Amino acid sequence: MSYQVNGHTIEHDEEGYITNLSDWSKELADEIAKTENIEMNDEHWEVVNFLREYYDEYQIAPAVRVLIKAIKKSMGPDKGNNKYMYELFPYGPAKQACKIAGLPKPTGCV
Amino acid sequence: MADGDIPKMDHPLDIPCLKHGAMEGLKPFQAAPEHQEKLGFPGELVPDWKERALEKMAELAEKNRAFQVYLDTCVKCGACTDKCHYFLGTGDPKNMPVARQDLLRSVYRRYFTFAGKYFPQLVGARDLTEEVLAEWYSYYHQCSECRRCSVFCPYGIDTAEITMAAREIMDSIGVGQKYSNEIIGKVKDIGNNLGLNPKALRATLEDLEEDLEDDTGISVRLPLDEQGADILLVTPSADFFAEPHIDGLLGYAKVFHEAGVSWTLSSYASEAANFGLFIGSYENMREIALRIRKAAQDLGVKRIIFGECGHAWRVAYSYLNTLAGPWDFLDPDYPVPQHILEFTWAEIQKGTLTLDKSRNDHIRLTYHDSCNVARASRMGDEPGGQFEIPRNVIRAVCNHYFDMPDETIREATLCCGGGGGLLTDDLMELRQKGASPRMTALQQTTEDHGVTHMAAICAICKTQFSKVMPAFGYEMDSVVSVHQLVSNAIILTGQDTGKDAFEEGTE
Repeated sequence: MSYQVNGHTIEHDEEGYITNLSDWSKELADEIAKTENIEMNDEHWEVVNFLREYYDEYQIAPAVRVLIKAIKKSMGPDKGNNKYMYELFPYGPAKQACKIAGLPKPTGCV
Repeated sequence: MADGDIPKMDHPLDIPCLKHGAMEGLKPFQAAPEHQEKLGFPGELVPDWKERALEKMAELAEKNRAFQVYLDTCVKCGACTDKCHYFLGTGDPKNMPVARQDLLRSVYRRYFTFAGKYFPQLVGARDLTEEVLAEWYSYYHQCSECRRCSVFCPYGIDTAEITMAAREIMDSIGVGQKYSNEIIGKVKDIGNNLGLNPKALRATLEDLEEDLEDDTGISVRLPLDEQGADILLVTPSADFFAEPHIDGLLGYAKVFHEAGVSWTLSSYASEAANFGLFIGSYENMREIALRIRKAAQDLGVKRIIFGECGHAWRVAYSYLNTLAGPWDFLDPDYPVPQHILEFTWAEIQKGTLTLDKSRNDHIRLTYHDSCNVARASRMGDEPGGQFEIPRNVIRAVCNHYFDMPDETIREATLCCGGGGGLLTDDLMELRQKGASPRMTALQQTTEDHGVTHMAAICAICKTQFSKVMPAFGYEMDSVVSVHQLVSNAIILTGQDTGKDAFEEGTE
C-alpha cells in the first residue's frame, strides 16, 4: 500500500492515509487527491494549507466548525460554509481533506 | 456502493427475501499489532490460536454464567429471526440473530457438550477451523450489539453478550478490529477517542465560547479542568468536533449557565464513550471508566453528569459503580451518575429556563431512541424515563413533534446501523443497508406528518445518520442533537433577541 511520487514510494494505510506524516509534499497531495477523484484548485489548497497549519500547532485536525470559520475569514461567507466544503471534498472536509493534507484520520464517533 | 443497492422497503419491518451469502466475506480492517498490544492482546494470530480460543470460551462460560446459559438455552424458536436491522437490510440469513449466535454456539456445542463431543453432526456441532474463525470475524462485526432481538427472545437471551464474547475470544488470540481497538488505545494515551490533546481541546472550547458570545451577546463558559467545580461533565469527544454534536455541547453550556451551577469538563476524562464495552473487554472498560473516577477526585467535584452518548450512558448507568466505584466522595443528594437530560428536564420543570418554542418552528421533529439508552438503562425516577424524558424535553422546546411508528421506537427501537463499533468507513455498505429499516420508518413519518428532522442523543447515531441520510432523501443536517433544540429555544438571561427589541420598540 503506497503512493508513487517522483520516484519515491510513500506508504499509506488501508484507507490511504500516509503512515509517516513527514513524507507529505505538495506533489503527494496532488497524487492523493487524484485517487480521491479530486482535482486540486486554489480553494482545495486553502483548506489543505489551513489544516496543515492547524495541525502544526495542535497535533490534531480542527473541528469542522473551526475550519469553516477560518475559511469564511479568508474566502468569504459564500465559501465558508458546510455545503461548499462538501462540494470541495464530497467525502467530508474532516476525513477527505485530512487525507490529502497528510494528517491522521480523525477517529471516534465522527 | 450504488444507491440502488439500498433495499427499498414498503414498511420498516418488511421481511426480505433470503440472500444466502449476501454479506459473506465482509471484513472490517484488522487491528495492527501496536493497537492490539496496547490493549493487552497478542499483536497477531497466535500459533496455538485454536486451543487458546477454546480456553477463552471455557473461561468466559465459567466466569460469566449468564453467557453459558445463553449458549445452552436457545431452542431455535425463531422469534428473533426478523428482528435484526442488518438482517432486514441485507437479507443474509446469517444476520438472523439466532444464526449469528449459532456460529459460536455450534463450536461451543462441539467442545463443551456431551452430544456435541460424541455426535457432532446430530446436533449441528462444528469444529473450530480457520473458516469458522473468518466467519466469526465477519458476522460478529455485522452485529451492533443493539439488543433489539433480545427484547423478543422468550428466554431472555442477551444476544449482544454472545457477540461481545466472540470479539473478546478473537482479541485474545490476536484478531482484533482496527476501528475499536485503535480508538481504545487513543483513550489510554490521550484521554479520548479523537486523540484531542488538552491544548487543542482548550483552543476548541475557547473558539466555541467566542461563537456563543457572538450569537447571544452573553458570555457563556465552557470551562475545562476547573478545580472545585460542582459538576464534572463527561461527554463524547465527538461533541468537541463533529456536526451536529457541537450544537448539543453548546446547549449543555447554555443550560448550565442559566441554572447557575458551576461545572467543568476534564481534559483527562475527555471521553464519555467506552469502546471496551463493544469488544467485550472488562479490563479495558474498567481502565477507561477509572479515568472518570480520577478526574472527579482530582477536580474535587460533587456530581457527575453525562452528555449525549448512548453506550456511555449504559456503561455509566449500569456499570459505573462496579467498574470505578464506590462514589462515596460525591454528594449523596444526587444520583451517580446523572444524564444531562435529567438535569435539563429538572430545570425545565423548575422553570429556570426561558424557552421560546417558536425558535424551532422551522423544523418538524421526531426522536430516535438510541439502543443502549432504550434497552440497557433508565433515566429519572419512573420506569420508562429513558423514553419519556427525552420526549418531554423535546416537546418543551419544539411545537411540532411526532413519534415514528410504535413498533420502531422505545424498547423496540431500530438501531441507527452504526453502533457497537461498526461506525467505520470500511463497513459503509453494511451501515447503509442496516439503516434502511430506521430510514423507512422516518420516511413514513415524513409522509404522515411532514417531519423534516430527527433528534438523537447518541454521538454514534448522529454521525451515522448524517452520513447515511442523503442516500434516503434527507440532508445530512436532518439529524440534530436534542440539546441543539434546547439551545435554539433558550433565551439567556439578559439576551437581546430581535423579538424583544421589536416589542420594546412598540411599547
